[in-house]
Amino acid sequence: MVQLALPKNSRVGKGRHYPAPAGAKRVKTFRIYRYDPEGSENPRWDTYDVDVDACGPMLLDVLILIKNTVDPTLTFRRSCREGVCGSCAMNIGGRNTLACTHGWEDTPGKEIQVSPLPSQPVVKDLVPDLTLFYAQYASIEPWLHTETPEPQKEWPQTPEDRSKLDGLYECILCACCSTSCPSYWWNGEKYLGPATLLHAYRWLIDSRDEATGDRLDQLEDPFKLYRCHTIMNCAQVCPKGLNPAKAIAEIKKLMVERVA
Amino acid sequence: MTAPSQSFRTPMSRARGLGSAKHGVGHFIADRVSGLALIPLSIWAAFAGLKVAAGGYDMAIEWLSSPLNAVLLGLFMVAGFIHLRLAIQVVVEDYVEGFVSKSALLILNYFVCVLGAALGVFAILKVALLGAF
Ligand code: SF4
Ligand code: SF4
Ligand code: FES
Repeated sequence: MVQLALPKNSRVGKGRHYPAPAGAKRVKTFRIYRYDPEGSENPRWDTYDVDVDACGPMLLDVLILIKNTVDPTLTFRRSCREGVCGSCAMNIGGRNTLACTHGWEDTPGKEIQVSPLPSQPVVKDLVPDLTLFYAQYASIEPWLHTETPEPQKEWPQTPEDRSKLDGLYECILCACCSTSCPSYWWNGEKYLGPATLLHAYRWLIDSRDEATGDRLDQLEDPFKLYRCHTIMNCAQVCPKGLNPAKAIAEIKKLMVERVA
Repeated sequence: MTAPSQSFRTPMSRARGLGSAKHGVGHFIADRVSGLALIPLSIWAAFAGLKVAAGGYDMAIEWLSSPLNAVLLGLFMVAGFIHLRLAIQVVVEDYVEGFVSKSALLILNYFVCVLGAALGVFAILKVALLGAF
């Protein structure tokens, strides 16, 4: 049934404290989740007092500074450091977002808490295991399905039809939305989650796609689609300002349109 | 959730699961339509409740023997229990894991809601048709 407490070996203990370097003028404390599933220790919160004058404005800058000058064992993922690759998604001050575009000054409070995206297995420290998330994305077959012989040049599309993809194609698959969704926490194995459903809708309304009905068939399911209860966490956290909840509502509308 | 490290099932096999049930839109529509019907019915029922409560036993019997009141109250009961059943089903599906306990609760939910609606409608009919007992 419902599991209320964390299992014993998942309880997060108090970790080490790393004081600021001598002479630091502006110091901010970062409380960071540390865990190595291959070790025998429980997860722990390490606290780092950081000389914020020594680093850039984003939370990713802080993490890089810690890794380079204080604690090389701190593990996190990043690539583009400009909000286009989706690698650095994590939970900062209780909110899923991208470390590379989130200014640490924008998180209120004396201490800023940083943890991996919720509800996913942890590979190490701030790196979540998104294997299932990616497989769910792949399961909706996110590419153009056509039977009509391919035209010589390209599949044409009117500007109006093209504009229907705006607000959808920009998704960087960072998983901030899905891992902030309570329905995805409880039923992450069966519910596809907001990110995958946003992409599902992106292909449903693509005027060039010829498999709309099959796609709807694949989605019509009490769990895959209808676990969304319009809680709207997804739309609140999306660092790209997208609205997966709206895309999901549009899919539900198509489902009704098909029987009405 | 099954721990991924304890199984050799591929991520794609887990993501696809048992495939699509190919239903759900019916539940969605029934939920919205019963909800819609309940808006006017509940407002009516609230006013009716106040009126009947103020009027005493004999007035209540007389109130319920009006065909319009009896029918509306019956519809309120039926729409309410349909809506309740759908809502509880969602809660059970959200939070209860395990095929046996989930199925048992869903069946129980169904039985209790049908029983509630049937008892309610029968009681209304009895008073409306036969008067006080
Ligand atoms: S919809 Fe937004 S939050 Fe969700 S995966 Fe895409 S970019 Fe990330
Ligand atoms: S609107 Fe739907 S997908 Fe978004 S957080 Fe809520 S339940 Fe999840
Ligand atoms: S590092 Fe690419 S999105 Fe943050």
